[in-house]
Amino acid sequence: MTTLNNNLTNFYSFSQKSPDKLTIHFQDRLDVSNAAPLIKEFNTLLRTHKPDNLVIDLNKLTYLDDYGVSVLVELKRTMGNKRGDFSLTNMSEKVNEILTMHRFNVLGQQSISVQKTSQNLFANLGNSAFAIGSEVRFMLTFLGDTCYSFLMFLRRPGSLRFNDTVENMKRVGLDALPIVGLISFLLGLIMAFMSSVQLQQFGANIYVASLVSISMTRELGPIMTAIIVAGRSGSSFAAEIGTMKISEEVDALSTMNINPNFFLVLPRMFAALLVMPILTLFSDLFAIAGGLLVGVTMLDLTVSGYTNQTINTLTLFDVFWGVFKSGIFAILISWTGCLKGFQVGGGAAGVGKATTSAVVYSIFLIVLSDSLLVVILRYWNG
Amino acid sequence: MINKTVKEKKVAIKVMDMVAGYGEDVILNHLNFEVYEGEIFVILGGSGCGKSTLLKHLIGLNHPMSGNIVINGVDITDDKGDNLQRVLRECGILFQSGALFSSMTVADNVALPIQEHTDLPASSIDNIVKMKLAQVSLTGYEKHLPSEISGGMRKRAGLARAMALNPKILFFDEPSAGLDPVTSAELDQLIIRLNRNYGTTMVIVTHELPSIFSVAHRVIMLDKRVKKIIAEGSPHYLRDNSQNPFVRQFFNREIEPENSLLRN
Repeated sequence: MTTLNNNLTNFYSFSQKSPDKLTIHFQDRLDVSNAAPLIKEFNTLLRTHKPDNLVIDLNKLTYLDDYGVSVLVELKRTMGNKRGDFSLTNMSEKVNEILTMHRFNVLGQQSISVQKTSQNLFANLGNSAFAIGSEVRFMLTFLGDTCYSFLMFLRRPGSLRFNDTVENMKRVGLDALPIVGLISFLLGLIMAFMSSVQLQQFGANIYVASLVSISMTRELGPIMTAIIVAGRSGSSFAAEIGTMKISEEVDALSTMNINPNFFLVLPRMFAALLVMPILTLFSDLFAIAGGLLVGVTMLDLTVSGYTNQTINTLTLFDVFWGVFKSGIFAILISWTGCLKGFQVGGGAAGVGKATTSAVVYSIFLIVLSDSLLVVILRYWNG
Repeated sequence: MINKTVKEKKVAIKVMDMVAGYGEDVILNHLNFEVYEGEIFVILGGSGCGKSTLLKHLIGLNHPMSGNIVINGVDITDDKGDNLQRVLRECGILFQSGALFSSMTVADNVALPIQEHTDLPASSIDNIVKMKLAQVSLTGYEKHLPSEISGGMRKRAGLARAMALNPKILFFDEPSAGLDPVTSAELDQLIIRLNRNYGTTMVIVTHELPSIFSVAHRVIMLDKRVKKIIAEGSPHYLRDNSQNPFVRQFFNREIEPENSLLRN
């Protein structure tokens, strides 16, 4: 009798009476402490001896748990794969009881991972279509709910959660100001710097001011602000409402006959709608300041010259158009964030998914609506 | 699973002169008790008496202000490293909500500790998970997500995960909270069966009287007024013989006249 690995001599030994018959004798315990090394050992043993008949002798086994059972199952499975014979001998009543309790005979026949039946292409296609359909339906319902909440607000403006709105205004607007300011400032700086290389060749330095101010107020200011707000606040709306949904706080509101949409969505939408235009104006100012810095330090422009050129180029319409767009973006971002929050199901992973898709959808909607607005403006101006 | 009869009582957990609390507030003052191997030990007391705090200290999530905690012969009092990790590997914990990972299926939840802490091949892990789930009567729910099963099932799945590495000690934080009486009784039976089959030491924090009487070998009772253990022994003995008014009050479900919520 012998073993391959000296550390395992206490737990098993094997003997080979004829070339095709191998007997493994277990002793002491077969449990969580030695299951993993034993399985490795037996893999090597069966590979080197290649028996057609494996006999397991359980005579001296004193302790067996479910990990031990899994070792026996593994041996049975390996022999089964090679179409060899497998048998247990000298089983005590207690061991037999344990094996029966764990249904040793059927274990290992079907793995958990293959239990799910695979579906064909059409079934998958159909399932996806249903999923999209139900998502669209939920979205439309939510849109209807939001409109209804807005009508409720118009009828009784006093019932809006004023404190919540102010709190959200602070979170969406004031707290975002440093990052919006910094990014816009750098954006103005980069734009002025990059364009100056080209414009300097024609001696048209002064048009750097026009380029920065027009592009920022009309396009980049609102878009950059919207993207920052989507990343900061859209995601936080989704996460906050999603967590409330999971912890049944949303259900609690419904049972208290409080419209969750009115209670949670309207304050957030109003807050975003009120502060995003202001944030956009700040973004414009910071970008112009960034351009001014480059103009004054690198392009030999004076402060007054740069500001005069900016004022002369910009029309009031440009500024209002940017502010108007940011209002549209505010509605889209806050609505999408809340919608994704209300769609959450299934725990922490659901909240993560909702947060991601709130940001992705928001940014997509921002760009889409911006494109539409450009087209509308083009035809409106003739 | 083959039971060895234990002649002398071996100590599994020893708490010596432990003071615990949060910040300046002392919640448990100079606690001393022992839990023996293979027994079902229940920590009980009213709300706010520090039961959950004590449990958090026993499993090393919090550290005591003074005193010592020894588990399986290892002092874990201030240990945050290897000793604690080694001891925790021999402990399983069932949290109040089950604490299943919501993104994983029931089977994956149970498989996780086995994958992390053993070198077993995937097919063996698969078999062990099946056996664990069969023990808590969840065969057929392997592929379900935690959100797709009932509260009682989530608790049982949490128990299967807590037992995944065949721990020597199992801790339960209010196992019957939020369960109906039938499910709760089933869970009690499961606890008794596991204790009998595996000889696992069970430490249970609860205040459910029926549960205490059906499972507990020995209980300690904490009280928030004295911040100490006010009674220790078998639940039936305490109910029938304790002279301590607070203990009698707890077991007989009496309301304190001066603290009654119904007072005018």
